Amino acid sequence: MNLTDLKIGQKGKIRDFADHELSIKLMEMGCLPGEIVSFDRVAPLGDPIAISISGYQLCLRKEEAAVILIERQP
Amino acid sequence: MKVALVGNPNTGKSTLFNALTGLNQKVGNFPGVTVDKKTGHCKLPDGSSIEIIDLPGCYSLYPKSKDEAVVLDVLVDENNSSHPDLIVVIADASNLKRNLLLYSQVADLHIPVILALNMIDIARKKQITIDVDQLAKELGVQVVPICARKGENIDLMKQAIANAPAVAIQKELVDLDAFLAPKVREKLSTLAAQKSSYAGLLLLKGHDLVSFLPHERQVKFDELIEEETIDRDSLQRKETLQRYQSIDKVLEKAVVRTPLSDQKDKVTNQLDFILTHRVWGFVSFFLILLFIFQAIFAWADYPMGLIEDFFAWVEETGKSYLPGGALTSLLLDGIIAGLGGILVFVPQIAILFGFIAILEDTGYMARIAFLMDKVMRKVGLNGKSVVPLIGGLACAVPSIMASRNIENWKDRIITIMVTPLMSCAARLPVYTLLISLVVPNEKVWGFFNLQGLALMAMYLLGVVAAIVVAWVMKLIIKTKERSYFIQELPIYRAPRWKNVFLTMYEKVKTFVFEVGKVIIAISIVLWVLASYGPPAKFEAVEEKYASETMLAEYPEEELEHMKSAELLENSYIGIVGKAIEPVIRPLGFDWKIGIALLTSFAAREVFVGTMATIYSVEEPEDDTSTIRQKMEAARFADTGEKVYTTATAFSLMVFYAFAMQCMSTVAVVYRETKGWKWPLIQIAYMTTMAYLASLLVYQLLR
Repeated sequence: MNLTDLKIGQKGKIRDFADHELSIKLMEMGCLPGEIVSFDRVAPLGDPIAISISGYQLCLRKEEAAVILIERQP
Repeated sequence: MKVALVGNPNTGKSTLFNALTGLNQKVGNFPGVTVDKKTGHCKLPDGSSIEIIDLPGCYSLYPKSKDEAVVLDVLVDENNSSHPDLIVVIADASNLKRNLLLYSQVADLHIPVILALNMIDIARKKQITIDVDQLAKELGVQVVPICARKGENIDLMKQAIANAPAVAIQKELVDLDAFLAPKVREKLSTLAAQKSSYAGLLLLKGHDLVSFLPHERQVKFDELIEEETIDRDSLQRKETLQRYQSIDKVLEKAVVRTPLSDQKDKVTNQLDFILTHRVWGFVSFFLILLFIFQAIFAWADYPMGLIEDFFAWVEETGKSYLPGGALTSLLLDGIIAGLGGILVFVPQIAILFGFIAILEDTGYMARIAFLMDKVMRKVGLNGKSVVPLIGGLACAVPSIMASRNIENWKDRIITIMVTPLMSCAARLPVYTLLISLVVPNEKVWGFFNLQGLALMAMYLLGVVAAIVVAWVMKLIIKTKERSYFIQELPIYRAPRWKNVFLTMYEKVKTFVFEVGKVIIAISIVLWVLASYGPPAKFEAVEEKYASETMLAEYPEEELEHMKSAELLENSYIGIVGKAIEPVIRPLGFDWKIGIALLTSFAAREVFVGTMATIYSVEEPEDDTSTIRQKMEAARFADTGEKVYTTATAFSLMVFYAFAMQCMSTVAVVYRETKGWKWPLIQIAYMTTMAYLASLLVYQLLR
């Protein structure tokens, strides 16, 4: 499953990335395999979304969030 | 000694820069966004003076946008005028892992480095405890905990800079030699010719974005990549992962986190609930904009009145004390009138720049990008375009530079093309003057000021035009590059008032000096062109008014008035204005407005000064009524109708809203797009649009 499969408030652990090019940008911004992400909110028009990772907030478009492969966390 | 500041965005880099340099900064930049490098001076405890260079915020040294390439340019090119002897990396202590990625890259450049840990207070709130000495030991550098916002430990920082070693002593966190085969490594180091092998690796990836490599050398890099079939993406990915692994080991020893540490910032969470809410998000965005525009009018009213009165007083006093003649007339009617016409708008410009600095500083600007990305994407822009576009409300020049942080070429070009449509501060004087002429100063529904609403309508018109043009360009311009939008949402914080006031002061100073120079020059040229004409024509007018019949027919005062009007009409500028009148008459403009349009092609704000010059030249010398009254009384010579009717005023405002009347913008678009193609397209489409829209407005309202 990927990040967009989460519902607001749910958490996941990053497993891998589905896109090579984008993965570097995401890793530089702190999205690393093994980190816990939580899905915080959606922009009023349905896209982009805001997520929390290692204590700070990031926003990205849904198509970019779909690149982040995760496993659900309680 | 030169010291460069490097850090992630939103880590308080610019605040540290301000704290170190204070008012000793060179020409300012855009509020909050350091788009190019910024320099200033700082005195160390031992009395020596050093140069501080503030570089744009970045997450990594591998450049993805032009913005980030500036950092690589300065740090890697030893011939760069800003190449530092020491680098201070500013890290957000509450988010150390990600911040240390950049640190570890910088450390590998073999330039002495100091780590400044900012926002220790926020880290403490998040229950993160950092053992500074241990961290310093693990990294092999000086680590200075600071709180730039409160100005804490700035002295320690200065001391650390003074104590910095002359050669790099920091530990390397990754084994760079492991990434490339020895044969390739050797080839790369000969090609890159850098003192650190890491610089070679950076150039392998970013050689086409940096500006210091000649084209032949860039091509050599491409050849090497092809020859050795180097997969740069996976190389970078491997490197990034290894750096994070080493950082984890360092943090394990130096940082204690309690289990609470993933707790979110409560205030930010609650504010975001409202400010990015489905409904209230847009409502609050709209209300904030409305408040800003109301404030620009309401708060600036009183100081503007004072400035207006002051200049009227100077003119009056000057006329009663100075001897009459050409020089006095040049000084009072040319320079003072021109300057007064523009200085009166300083309060409004200061307020606007103040608000933009506050939006940026509090973290709300990033939310606007978050709110607007979807809309922006539909019309071919990017959420990040919002910063240049809103900045365009102040000035298009720094805003166009701020578009550098948009990674995608097409998104960036479209942003550059439409930013000048946003109503910049220079249009404000034009709008204010014309609105005050034709819109009554009344309140509707007991709350909204009618003039404020009219002003807001003009601003909205600019926004709508920008959106429509962007959408059209999206359909025309083709690209294969992908567009993306990943940005940090910083926590909300109270604005740093000192920073806000510093920005306002700097902007007003730049405005007064830079624009003032142009305005004085144009005022003088205008005054000369308006005071002199072909001698034969001037003599004819003089003769006509000296004749017995004229003297007998009109009272002396009216005669004077008619004579100066006719002299202006026959002056050089009058002749030019008359020549273009047939073209602009369908828009409702007379030849005097024509003159203002011509001078405005240098810069829009010149309009008011030009009007001041033209009308005070026309009036007999004892009349010092303010420019507004003079324009109100203006009539077409042939029909006797008022010049500034609602139709003409709005047609003129629409012209100013759309036309490309700014030399500096043309220059910056040329620089940013590296050629004349885009600036020329921009001039052509904007001016055509201005003419057609004005024509439509005038013909409809007439």
